[in-house]
Amino acid sequence: MTWNAFLSLLDGAGLTLLISGAGILIGVPLGFALALIRWARVPVLAPIAAVYVSLLRSTPAVTLCLLIFFAVPTLGIEIGAWTAGILTLALVTAAFNSEIWRAGLLNFPADQLEAARAFGMPAGLRLRRIIFPQLWRVSLPGLVNEATLLIKASPAIAVIGVAEITRAATRIGAQTYEPLPPMLAATGLYVAIILVLVGLQRFVEKRYGRIGAQA
Amino acid sequence: MSHGFEIVWEHSDRLVAGLVNTVVLSLLGAVLALMFGCVVAMMLMASNRVLALATQGVVDLMRCVPFLMLVYLVYYGLPQFGIDFDNWTAGLAALVLYNTAYMAEILRGIWKNLPRETIEAATAFGFQGRRLYTRIIFPQVFLAAGPMVGNQLIQIIKDTAFLTIIAVPELTQAASGIQAQYFVPFAAFIVAIFIYWALCALVEAGTFAVERLAEVRR
Repeated sequence: MTWNAFLSLLDGAGLTLLISGAGILIGVPLGFALALIRWARVPVLAPIAAVYVSLLRSTPAVTLCLLIFFAVPTLGIEIGAWTAGILTLALVTAAFNSEIWRAGLLNFPADQLEAARAFGMPAGLRLRRIIFPQLWRVSLPGLVNEATLLIKASPAIAVIGVAEITRAATRIGAQTYEPLPPMLAATGLYVAIILVLVGLQRFVEKRYGRIGAQA
Repeated sequence: MSHGFEIVWEHSDRLVAGLVNTVVLSLLGAVLALMFGCVVAMMLMASNRVLALATQGVVDLMRCVPFLMLVYLVYYGLPQFGIDFDNWTAGLAALVLYNTAYMAEILRGIWKNLPRETIEAATAFGFQGRRLYTRIIFPQVFLAAGPMVGNQLIQIIKDTAFLTIIAVPELTQAASGIQAQYFVPFAAFIVAIFIYWALCALVEAGTFAVERLAEVRR
């Protein structure tokens, strides 16, 4: 494997991080919205959100990616491979994130909400000033954990030709007729990325995990 | 769009064949991974520190690797060592290898939190060696592990979809085939996704039954 081949693997790593990062940036707020809808028992929307979460949690990312990439254009909407990849990861991770947010919401101490209501705080202010500052601290370790799982699921988007790490490695393997070295290098890159995230998770748990739990 | 579902229905035999492969691969993969996982869990819990630490290192490393990468490593790697097999077997080997690490970690977590008293009582009654494991430790571990093993089985079912990339004829591969031939992407993949959903719901129901059994036995 040449130096140039390794550089194209690094490019792939950049793309993996970019697409997974975009997926997380969309998926975390989307998951929060889904959790709020279910928590507040919004009529009509709450059951839909529940079905969405259940369905997406049992859908393989590969299958969803193929569905989005091939079926969305039949609706007359053009979609590129990158967009399809980001959308896939965002939709999948939103379902898992919503369960993390919801667990935090369900465990939220009711007495605080009652006190806030007694002081005449409207719902929006209660959410912004009382719930959210504590909720994100409780949910952060779970969200970072889900981010590691998402990186491990991200090779699914190689199936539609996005040149992320896995795709870059198979391409180098096909060109050099020696698939093993690029595969091992790619595995090393994933391990490095995931170890950084696991380290981040430990740090986050130490730094923020306890504060919310005690409040 | 309804036209698409008609085509998929006409070729439902291909989906069923794919589904059978998905189910067989998942179940066989889970059972074998659980068996090997027991052995690895025993190594993780070994009193020999070097063995325990070395095993922990390998298990942790395995849990950092994306499943598809491991599939490629098995698929391209093992033939270089003279071990040649077809795609289906390569897929199964990757499933087993990957999930052995996860199963071992699940079993170890429960084993570590097992009440000491039962094991101490068992040794006091003269249980040792193999009988201590088969009669005292593993029955307790397996019953408590039910829900987590169920979760892992759902993960395995979802992971089998990756095997479409090395052309294993499983459910996603079957849906892809129908879609490529008749261009009915929406119908083909939606049907596949709903089948995955049903499979996972089935596993969840099974897990619930095991949990009930564990409650009764407690």
